[in-house]
Amino acid sequence: MTMPAIRVRAVTKNYGALTALAGVDLEIEQGEFFGLLGPNGAGKTTLISALAGLVRPDSGVLEIMGHDVVSDYREARRNLGVVPQELVFDPFFSVRELLRIQSGYFGIRNNDDWIDEVLARLDLSHKAGANMRTLSGGMKRRVLVAQALVHRPPVIVLDEPTAGVDVELRQGLWQFVRELNRDGHTIVLTTHYLEEAETLCGRIAMLKAGKLVALDTTDNLLRRFATHSLRVNVEHTEVALALGGRANDDGWVEFDFDSYTEVEAVLARLREAGAGLREMALGEPDLERVFVELMHRV
Amino acid sequence: MSETQVHRPPSTAAVRRIQPMAADAPLTGFRTLLHKEVLRFFKVGFQTVGAPVLNALLFLLIFSHVLDRHVTVYGDVAYTRFLVPGLVMMAVLQNAFANSSSSLIQSKITGNIIFVLLPPLSYRAFYAAYVLAATLRGLFVGTGVLLVSMPFVEQSIANPLWVLVFALMGGGIMGSFGVIAGIWADKFDQLAAFQNFLIMPLTMLSGVFYSIRSLPQLWQDVSYFNPFFFMIDGFRYGFFGQSDASPWLSLGVVSACFVCLAALTLAMLARGYKLRS
Ligand SMILES: Nc1ncnc2c1ncn2[C@@H]1O[C@H](COP(=O)(O)OP(=O)(O)OP(=O)(O)O)[C@@H](O)[C@H]1O
Ligand SMILES: [Mg+2]
Repeated sequence: MTMPAIRVRAVTKNYGALTALAGVDLEIEQGEFFGLLGPNGAGKTTLISALAGLVRPDSGVLEIMGHDVVSDYREARRNLGVVPQELVFDPFFSVRELLRIQSGYFGIRNNDDWIDEVLARLDLSHKAGANMRTLSGGMKRRVLVAQALVHRPPVIVLDEPTAGVDVELRQGLWQFVRELNRDGHTIVLTTHYLEEAETLCGRIAMLKAGKLVALDTTDNLLRRFATHSLRVNVEHTEVALALGGRANDDGWVEFDFDSYTEVEAVLARLREAGAGLREMALGEPDLERVFVELMHRV
Repeated sequence: MSETQVHRPPSTAAVRRIQPMAADAPLTGFRTLLHKEVLRFFKVGFQTVGAPVLNALLFLLIFSHVLDRHVTVYGDVAYTRFLVPGLVMMAVLQNAFANSSSSLIQSKITGNIIFVLLPPLSYRAFYAAYVLAATLRGLFVGTGVLLVSMPFVEQSIANPLWVLVFALMGGGIMGSFGVIAGIWADKFDQLAAFQNFLIMPLTMLSGVFYSIRSLPQLWQDVSYFNPFFFMIDGFRYGFFGQSDASPWLSLGVVSACFVCLAALTLAMLARGYKLRS
């Protein structure tokens, strides 16, 4: 029962001279809500495609729920649902037709109950009869989510599912994905909205140039890398910088510290030096800072 | 994200084991893909069936008007009667090719090919569905051509079984060929080149419009290297009980072509050539 939902071992993939995956090792447990982060071109989609059998790795092993994605591809694919990054659709069919067809590919003929439920939960019921061509971008993306779920896969991978989806729907989508996770589905998510990842994911991996540069629980990552900060807007920036502050792009000066008890001391020193405080703000540790720090450091 | 409270499930929570839905009937994947491929051309039947039938009808009207009174073939077969099976088979071949090749290249270019690559469909099911759908489209158009020719030509079919066997073989060959071309081509231009520089010349020179016995000896010999000649000649034998080559020879050549192309296509699909990079 301790079999991981996803197991990736020493996976490499090169496109000519370009290394998309440079030996990735990763295990994701059943029931996790996992974030796969990294800048553009880091290899996130390549890794997901390798899991889905769309890309053949040059070396290494990938398993879904214990099934090798090459030698036992049928079981591996039955256990996996992938929401692709690209907004692709088949213009010949209506939403319901498409979902029935997709169910059929997974061997399921009578799937209307589950299709109706998925449509309702994605707020698409009213568009069930509409042709794909007539849907807005955000609706098409929700259909992609529905297509990934037709066979109720234990492992669900979402490759930037919220790109181009409005705020309200994004909230709705996350609500749905959380419910799926609560029901026991393993969720793997890539996103460039780091706040989303921070809120949703229990554990996070960061990829950079095809290598894992961090793999830890979200809490540990925040604790390990991020500090609290005080941001001030002052009349004499050079004075604040002389006190150990860091210049920000927007002209503010930022001080890092480990605990809020240090805030008072910093403010006192600024006053004594005559920096001329105009505005101030406190910064919580957040994933964005962890991300930026990691990407620059490694 | 102020609207949602922090969720973060513990990573080691005891989880309920979710089972994927079970397949509820055998061969459902294959049948669904076949059904989808057939729907794809039916939904635009005006283009995919209507247009080629009209095309063939025009050929028939023009050629028969010009040649019918002057030419007979195999002794007493009027030219128009001779022409019809060639046009029917040409329609079968061209449309079978067009179906699988255009479906695949469209799916590749729009990216929706992933919907058939993500599910647990075997490459054999994939092959069978695309080629069978292509064959069906070919048979539909071929039947359409035969039907519209009926007001103009009195036709009798000497041996329907030969007709059917060659139509199926031709559809299978060109459907496979279309799968290969659709997977290989990256752009519509490349597919058009395939069609214009290979398939069109080979069909036109295969004896659709003439009996090769009317050709000089050299060109008769050359025709024997054109597999399309055997497809059309064998098909025509089914109509008239006469043909340029022995129907058994034609059947042998055509079967060998089909087996080779099927093996080649299956090998490509098994390797994931250009589909699973
Ligand atoms: N089919 C391909 N041929 C050549 N290079 C490719 C191919 N697919 C991906 N790459 C390259 O591999 C690298 C990783 O790409 P990938 O799509 O996995 O990045 P990503 O992390 O998903 O980025 P993004 O956040 O932009 O989606 C990139 O440099 C990309 O250009
Ligand atoms: Mg990507």
